[in-house]
Amino acid sequence: MTDAAERLSVPSIVDAFARRHRLRWPEALPWVIGVGGFFVFPDYLALGAQVLATILFALSVDLVLGYAGIVTLGQAAFFGTGAYVAGLLAVHGWGEPITSLLIAAAAAALVGLVNGAIILRTHGLTLLMLTLVVDRTLEEAANKATSITGGADGLSGMQVSPVLGFSFDLYGRTAYLYCLGALFVCWLIARRIVHSPFGRSLTGIRENVQRMHAIGSPVFWRRLTVYTISAAFAGVSGALIAETTQFVGLGTLSFERSGEILIMLILGGVGRLYGAFIGVPLYMILQDRFAEVDPVYWYFWIGLLLVLVVVFARGGAFGLIDRAARWLGRNR
Amino acid sequence: MSDVLSAALSIGFHGLAFAMVLYLVSVGLSVTMGLMGFINLAHGLFAAAGGYVATTLMSRMGVGFGPAIAVSVVVVGASSMILERLLYRRLYGGDELDQVLLTIGLVFMSVAAAKFVWGPLAQPFHPPPALSGQIHVLQREFPTYRSFLIASGAVLVTILWLGLERTRFGAQIRAAVDNRRMAQSVGINTSSLFTLAFALGSGLAALGGSLGAEILAIEPGYALEHLIYFLIVVAVGGLGSIRGPFFAAMLLGVSDTGFKYLLPEFGAFFIYVLTLVILLWRPHGLFGQAR
Repeated sequence: MTDAAERLSVPSIVDAFARRHRLRWPEALPWVIGVGGFFVFPDYLALGAQVLATILFALSVDLVLGYAGIVTLGQAAFFGTGAYVAGLLAVHGWGEPITSLLIAAAAAALVGLVNGAIILRTHGLTLLMLTLVVDRTLEEAANKATSITGGADGLSGMQVSPVLGFSFDLYGRTAYLYCLGALFVCWLIARRIVHSPFGRSLTGIRENVQRMHAIGSPVFWRRLTVYTISAAFAGVSGALIAETTQFVGLGTLSFERSGEILIMLILGGVGRLYGAFIGVPLYMILQDRFAEVDPVYWYFWIGLLLVLVVVFARGGAFGLIDRAARWLGRNR
Repeated sequence: MSDVLSAALSIGFHGLAFAMVLYLVSVGLSVTMGLMGFINLAHGLFAAAGGYVATTLMSRMGVGFGPAIAVSVVVVGASSMILERLLYRRLYGGDELDQVLLTIGLVFMSVAAAKFVWGPLAQPFHPPPALSGQIHVLQREFPTYRSFLIASGAVLVTILWLGLERTRFGAQIRAAVDNRRMAQSVGINTSSLFTLAFALGSGLAALGGSLGAEILAIEPGYALEHLIYFLIVVAVGGLGSIRGPFFAAMLLGVSDTGFKYLLPEFGAFFIYVLTLVILLWRPHGLFGQAR
């Protein structure tokens, strides 16, 4: 038997499947960096909190896009719902952050459930357009309902109480740790989902819908379930941003935000659970740098970067890592 | 009663002019998305480029209206072929996420480049004296330029449909949209067909952009700002169709004008709801076929 055939022999595949869900050491890396960042960059914690909350947002996109194969240009609908719910709670006297986080998640999940039940019957471009149009409809609604949302001026006057006894400080210390904690909990849940039989069936749906139908998998319900879970994650992310910045604007619902989060995720790598952890910091730090060097035309450089990634580094950062690993393997 | 009539006439007229611009810009997008299955979010930049070339030729170099438009169509069509050969081609049949990333990258670059070259303000657009002013029909006044827009749009639509139905090139495109493999097997060179169709679509977008500069102002954010409308026209019309986007553009142009006239405080809200309803009712668009 040749080497390749041996490596692919049946027991090793069974082994690999059995071991798949176990934690491997590189998976601790984001958290080591996350906690380390708190001590190493005390001046950047406010930005850091934003990055962490955005990673959660990208993670929510990865669940629907990377695992269920639903290309969405409207994830901001749920992000914005979460942000507005948390914001409205805090304006009207419910400033306790953790319960409002949960309420925001429930609200976003409800929007995701209703929305998904209607639009997930379609596919391809139609589905893409429907996600986009639902997002725009919500944005227009929030824009017009000025008495509730503040319209284009945004929602201000949020009174957020201390989280577990720590009040939100000017340096973003509490905000950073709060976002890190929320991201960690959501990551644990996401990881559990992805490695569960349910998660595997999602991958099956992404790879071959017909076959999943043929083996009797309830495709629609599976997609609806993950869409709802992902909406809840996006809602938590929006609520985190609202609570830590104490402001909610129309931008939280905008199509630009949906597009940007998609870009960040693709830059990192889709369907890997960790693409969000690479893509989001990469994009946000680059954007920060470009904007400092070239404040007027920075998006030209972002655009050039995107084109170059497509031409030379398909699959984003994880695509590069894969290729490097294969190259090393060949030359060994 | 006459108030209602004149409101309806006015909505119909301005809606029709807007629809012509929307159709000219979007029809190429429908063909590229239907033919190559390519999610091209950068299509609007060809319209913007056409508008920039035409307005620059007219206002800074004193070129006449007709020649300026013609030059813009040729320049944009030709340069789009380069873009297609260099970048788009790599991603045919590939991952749609790469297509999204590439085309969004192109949009970002074009927006920044337009701002760098032409500044942040909208480009001035002055139709020639013969097309300015008003014309009197049925004791009413209509802006001459918009009447010209509707008339030339109608002529172009007719030429386009005849061309697609009656010429060999049109038949090849229809064949490739319906079944690419079969088209290849009977000896159609789909590779060069794609390039030509792409250039034609971009040229039409440039025509729509430059002719429609009075309705959709030529400014750096053009490609991003109107992207949703172009996508709605394509999705509602039906992918790969030439006729579908026409009726979708009509519907969108007239209803958008109507809603903004009658219920200005609701902005584009009803347009999105309308799109939602149509797409749920007919997921493949009004004229699309299930694939």
